[in-house]
Amino acid sequence: MTAATTDRSTPATGQVLLEASELYKSFGAVRALEGASIRVFEGEVHALVGDNGAGKSTFVRCLTGVQAADRGEISFQGTPLVMTDPNDARKRGIETVYQNLALIEELTVWQNLYLDREITRFGFLDRNQMKTKSQDILKRLDVNVPSIHAKVQKMSGGQRQCIAIARAVNWGSNLVIMDEPTAALGVRETAAVERLINNLCQDGIAVLLITHDMDQVLRCANRVTVMRRGHDVTTRDVSTVSPDDLVGLITGAIQPESRGG
Amino acid sequence: MAVAAAQAVGEGRDKFTWRRLSDFAALIGLVIVFIGLFIATPNFLTIPNLTDVLVASSVLAVMALGQQMVVVVGGIDLSMGATLPWCAAALAVSYAHGVGLPLAIVVSILAGALIGLVNGVLVALLNLTDFVVTLGTLSIVGGITFLLTGGNNIQAFSPFLQSLALDGVGPIRWFWLVAVVLAAAVWVYLFRTRGGTHLLATGGDIDAARSAGVAVKKWRLLAYIASGVLTGVAGVLFVARNGGADPTLQTNLLLSSIAAVVLGGSSLFGGKASVLGTLCGAVLLTSLINGFTLLNISQAYQPIAVGAVVLMAAMLARFNR
Repeated sequence: MTAATTDRSTPATGQVLLEASELYKSFGAVRALEGASIRVFEGEVHALVGDNGAGKSTFVRCLTGVQAADRGEISFQGTPLVMTDPNDARKRGIETVYQNLALIEELTVWQNLYLDREITRFGFLDRNQMKTKSQDILKRLDVNVPSIHAKVQKMSGGQRQCIAIARAVNWGSNLVIMDEPTAALGVRETAAVERLINNLCQDGIAVLLITHDMDQVLRCANRVTVMRRGHDVTTRDVSTVSPDDLVGLITGAIQPESRGG
Repeated sequence: MAVAAAQAVGEGRDKFTWRRLSDFAALIGLVIVFIGLFIATPNFLTIPNLTDVLVASSVLAVMALGQQMVVVVGGIDLSMGATLPWCAAALAVSYAHGVGLPLAIVVSILAGALIGLVNGVLVALLNLTDFVVTLGTLSIVGGITFLLTGGNNIQAFSPFLQSLALDGVGPIRWFWLVAVVLAAAVWVYLFRTRGGTHLLATGGDIDAARSAGVAVKKWRLLAYIASGVLTGVAGVLFVARNGGADPTLQTNLLLSSIAAVVLGGSSLFGGKASVLGTLCGAVLLTSLINGFTLLNISQAYQPIAVGAVVLMAAMLARFNR
């Protein structure tokens, strides 16, 4: 299989899954967000790009409940979302794969997949069920690991990333937010992660992908939102932009005609 | 995908490394000590002596299980050295004041739990350094115990305690049973329950565990309480064995409890536990001291030997990282 053969003909015509409008967030004198908005549709891979300091991280932290926005509204599946901590987002089906991945090295793959959501029977771990289900989820997502019984410390960076993503997906989430999932990975491993993103998309799970890799945007995403100076400057269909366009939009060399999206 | 499959080859199997060897340090050490003492003295490998060694090991083993619970979450409980005599004194003093024995035993365990709770609140909830906190409570609890007993040996004679120390079911002594049953309970809890998984996760990587939704504060707090409770049980055994609470007897048990855990293959950095290893570590250290007594080696060498074993364990822990 070639890497990331995303079927980009999949139109983003579903329902709006996550909508944030006009988010503002200041840290003292620093205005990190100044009216940032985004709409993520069901089942799409939506890339979020922008230069360092454009406000991507703050934006994502507000979307996942890690930080509260000063102003603005977030809604999920049409209902307003009030988030005070990350568990609120998780309960609604928004899973975030952080850059640190939140995997425990000393625990096995299956233990990590079920961390904090262990299946128990009569108060004891139902190990067999968790192992079987772990095999199933990894197989369904076509993730290759040496063994689900091996500790995570034996896994490569790409395998870890895939395990963390699989864990997020395993919880019936509708939206997985990924923060620079391939930043630390080599070419082959990046390909494996991108293939997984593609698989999620085909399973109907939306992905919000924060990345610095313009080629990755073109390979993986359906649409892309460009952030600059704390707000979204434009949202485009990926088929209508080139990497140069994206770089121009990020740096401000190209002025967008509309904010769209 | 072919790429990932190709990478997977050769990653699944463990190679022989120092890391693997250190997992079995207690067992290997135990065998070496047994062989050494067997060669050195005919009195070591006899049934009466081994029975005694295992009885003496039981108090240390129960303490080490408590230490294990704290070490699993990446902490350390230095207060144990004072908590043991404190629990023993709580039992002996309340029994001497007419409290029934069952209640006095409960008092001993609660006395341990109380110290665990104080340690846990300071370390887990207030984020103070475990080392400093438990060193502080070590000193405070030691002083309080001294005030409680007036520095005297408080006697506690009861047929039940005597029987607990001297009898058993057939050749199996009650002390061994207590230690083995508690070890089994700790093993089941750590490796077969949700709580155990969360303890291991908290010790393995506290930030990752927190991000994954694990209530890390709660688990660290509970680990210290468990340590206190197990020390309370060890206090009961201690009183049974010595016929009372002597606040001056006990000094090397703290260091030995840590050594037993580390020799057993648990990581002092947390996240990795071996209950069987901890038991082996406790028996190893007790055998060593027993052997010294049999060989008539001066008492001064005992702390030296224990200290040397602890340093060796620390070196192994270094490889274990």
